[in-house]
Amino acid sequence: MMKEVKSQASQPGAPRKQGGLNAEIQSRIGHQLRAMYDDVVRQGVPDRFAELIRKLDQPGAAQAGGETEKNGRD
Amino acid sequence: MPLTNQLRDDILASVPSLRAFAISLSGNGDRADDLVQETLLRAIANIDSFQPGSNLPAWLFTILRNLFRSDYRKRRREVEDAEGNYAKTLKTQPSQGAHLEFEEFRAALDKLPQDQREALILVGASGFSYEDAAAICGCAVGTIKSRVNRARSKLSALLYVEGAEDFGPDDTVRAVIGGNG
Repeated sequence: MMKEVKSQASQPGAPRKQGGLNAEIQSRIGHQLRAMYDDVVRQGVPDRFAELIRKLDQPGAAQAGGETEKNGRD
Repeated sequence: MPLTNQLRDDILASVPSLRAFAISLSGNGDRADDLVQETLLRAIANIDSFQPGSNLPAWLFTILRNLFRSDYRKRRREVEDAEGNYAKTLKTQPSQGAHLEFEEFRAALDKLPQDQREALILVGASGFSYEDAAAICGCAVGTIKSRVNRARSKLSALLYVEGAEDFGPDDTVRAVIGGNG
């Protein structure tokens, strides 16, 4: 308690990394990150992708994807 | 497994979050949509390697992440003007103040090392568990945890402490925290 914990910024006089302060900053960062992300999620599925998947319905169409190379996790 | 209607629907349902991931990674809306398109084509071409019952979003995110990383190495230089393009993908333009704050956040996110940025997005925005994020990035769970922690510390330093020298740290932090109404 008596020992002063330097914040990682460690400028002289920088605020100590107190739980409350740090938690508030972290929650703000989390909020901004999700706001940025969710803004895109809310745009839904653009027509071009719905169309793409629909077209791949047709036999032989998957070859349009071309490559046999594996990218996924096995 | 074969491409069933159910699987096709599930893939389509993942598109909004794949786009969000791609845009968060690349900062560029047009390029992000190209990445998503290539991800979908590859996923469907390689659908046989998808294990039924396993985590489809994680599988798709893995493909997208790998595509992005191979692409990124080639195009590192072009990433610079990312912010302007990103703004165009927003449906509603944020208000002036919010927009500025958003730009600052986006710029700070772009300053993170790629490993840290992707870990933070997967865990903090996409909502994957540390385990799933580790599988997507092909690394250990502990590595993901430490990347996420470092990403958070660095963002916090960039956004809330970095300008401290100019204004006096206590005032800056207080202004940021108190002035968010």
